Amino acid sequence: MQLTGAQAVIKSLEMEGVEVMFGLPGGAILPLYDPIIDSPIRHVLVRHEQGAGHMAEGYAHATGRPGVALVTSGPGATNIVTPLCDAYMDSIPMVCISGQVPYGVIGTDAFQECDTTGITMSVTKHNWLVSDAQDIPRTVKEAFHIATTGRPGPVLIDVPKDVSTSLMDWYWPETVDLPGYKPTTRGHPKMIREAARLILSSRKPVIYAGGGILRARAAEALRELAELTDIHVVTTLMARGAFPDDHDLCLGMPGMHGNYAAVTSMQKADLLIALGARFDDRVTGQLAGFAPDAKVIHVDIDPAELGKVRRPDVPIVGDCRLVIEELVRAVRSLLDSGVQAPDRSAWGSVVRGWQDSYPFAYEPPADGDGLKPQMVFEHLRDSTPDDTIVVSGVGQHQMWASQYWKFNHPYTWVNSGGLGTMGFAVPAAIGAKVGVPDRPVWAVDGDGCFQMTAQELVTASMERIPIKVAILNNAYLGMVRQWQEMFYDERYSQVYLSPDLPDYVKWAEAMGCVGLRVESPEEIQPAIDKANEIDDCLVVIDFRTDAREKVYPMVSSGASNDDIQVPPFQQRPVH
Amino acid sequence: MHHTLSVVVENKAGVLSRVAGLFSRRGFNIYSLAVAPTDDERFSRITIVVDVDSSRLEQITKQLFKLVNVVKIRELDPAESVERELMLCTVAAATDVRSQVIQLVQVFEGRIVNVGHDQLTVSLDGTPRKIDDFEDLLRPYGIVEFQRTGRVALPKLDRQAPARLRAVQERVS
Repeated sequence: MQLTGAQAVIKSLEMEGVEVMFGLPGGAILPLYDPIIDSPIRHVLVRHEQGAGHMAEGYAHATGRPGVALVTSGPGATNIVTPLCDAYMDSIPMVCISGQVPYGVIGTDAFQECDTTGITMSVTKHNWLVSDAQDIPRTVKEAFHIATTGRPGPVLIDVPKDVSTSLMDWYWPETVDLPGYKPTTRGHPKMIREAARLILSSRKPVIYAGGGILRARAAEALRELAELTDIHVVTTLMARGAFPDDHDLCLGMPGMHGNYAAVTSMQKADLLIALGARFDDRVTGQLAGFAPDAKVIHVDIDPAELGKVRRPDVPIVGDCRLVIEELVRAVRSLLDSGVQAPDRSAWGSVVRGWQDSYPFAYEPPADGDGLKPQMVFEHLRDSTPDDTIVVSGVGQHQMWASQYWKFNHPYTWVNSGGLGTMGFAVPAAIGAKVGVPDRPVWAVDGDGCFQMTAQELVTASMERIPIKVAILNNAYLGMVRQWQEMFYDERYSQVYLSPDLPDYVKWAEAMGCVGLRVESPEEIQPAIDKANEIDDCLVVIDFRTDAREKVYPMVSSGASNDDIQVPPFQQRPVH
Repeated sequence: MHHTLSVVVENKAGVLSRVAGLFSRRGFNIYSLAVAPTDDERFSRITIVVDVDSSRLEQITKQLFKLVNVVKIRELDPAESVERELMLCTVAAATDVRSQVIQLVQVFEGRIVNVGHDQLTVSLDGTPRKIDDFEDLLRPYGIVEFQRTGRVALPKLDRQAPARLRAVQERVS
């Protein structure tokens, strides 16, 4: 059977089980858009290619399946560089297909030409410039294989226009042949036994669970390990939901704005069991002062993460789920043979003391003050089902969302961690809702973030993808404001935005959504209830929040985690 | 300290750019680099000399190995490998000093590959150290142009003959 290159691309996507792609057509990708008309794959037409990329990411976050984005050459491709980089930093499986100018004119500065594979080389796990239509099925097969196996990540296939219009003989490869790509998934048995021994001899162990738990679908295995060994778990920003927040052993988020108990228990631990985590600077604070007395067991599927930041005592390369399952078996067999863990009750009560003394807390607003952002999250949390997917932008609201929400299920928290991409929330929420249409999806966003990508509300209205958006509108680039207040002597430089320019309610209405505004605490609950009643169109709520509110606790940039600052009203001697 | 990495890569477009790009974006410096096809046309060998401590070397190696087109990496300890480099040098050699330059080339077992009115182009292959020495000795005459290839290396061979061969040798002696 002869197909055009373009038909071969779409058919290959069908063979890979793709159900939806996010994209925007243009000159060089035109041939690929023709067979889309006849394909069962749903296409979501975005308003900006960055939206396509974040939607693909949101879809992948929520479903675990690779997100697919389709863009044209030149500006189409450069507009999706940010999402590619975002997906690369957070290990999100994503396949981007870009159009390219005809192969013969590459290098001549043709109209809408750019060196897409060159530009995206450092933000993709791998990329391809296809030179022959006959290579298309093999390339697509390789692309999905690489994006979804090992440490997942984004890949890009650049398809020149003449390649997509030329004919090829259709085939579908059953296997891939990649001599240089063989991820190790099984942990080394000797190392796993060593880890089990170390776990059972430690007095103050902490499990440091990272996003790798979610990528490896290892949440159940993690819970089994924690319960078997009775070890507390911290869940990083990328791992919120990987271990239930309502579990007795859960300490919540560590790091710069983490829970006091999570941060301090890691500092004082004698053993860190790092599972799919990468010792990010936002978690470790000043590296030299991080968990100084802890031995480290580090499990990661990416060998380069082991020893990149902190040298582990027991390095284990492998898939988190498989390794944790082996680790559970190894611990069990040691327990069966009579080995006993030391008495950890003293440590347990110290940790509980930290939890009791320093919970996340804020001072309620005085009469006439605006909303405290934390209140908004508490109301939202308590008014939505447990399996609601929360998608966040980047900044103060992101930290408060992570702090105040209770994530009791994996894949209910979607955010941009590594790259910190403002504007992530709205499009990623749309992608998540497309992937999981039967569950409520709330985008929680800052006013600065919202303005970056909110045109995608039009996409969602047109496509009937009913997400809900809560804007925490403090009229500032809040996190930057917080740093200017704390570290730049309250000299506020270029952070003021305005509470009512734009008018977010009119904005929402102009884009086919219901727009609501909340200015006082007693309006919060009715507005959320009203939003929850609407299921046939999008709802945007403009919450006017107090700009003076800062995110606490906080470990200042470059400071040791020992110097964690709690909010002023919590400051008292540590018992 | 210098470390030599012998990297076997798939012989595909853009692979060198991936390798070089990785070094720059991870903040590693390349000291020298040589690329050529191997005896198997599907693969090329990139010989990279880097100047880093061993923990950085481990990180470079692991990051390199993540590149999909990188098939095999071997670190060659200078003491356990043979290293060679080729040098071409055009040196000022007016008639009054020409014979001295020629003598120097002969001592180093180099070759004169081109002769001009008052210049000579000489070639020399050998260990990087030998080429360093030769360069130092040529410099006073006036180096006009100088080009080194970057080093290539292979591991030293096992000197211990297999038992079967040793038995034959003993019979012969």
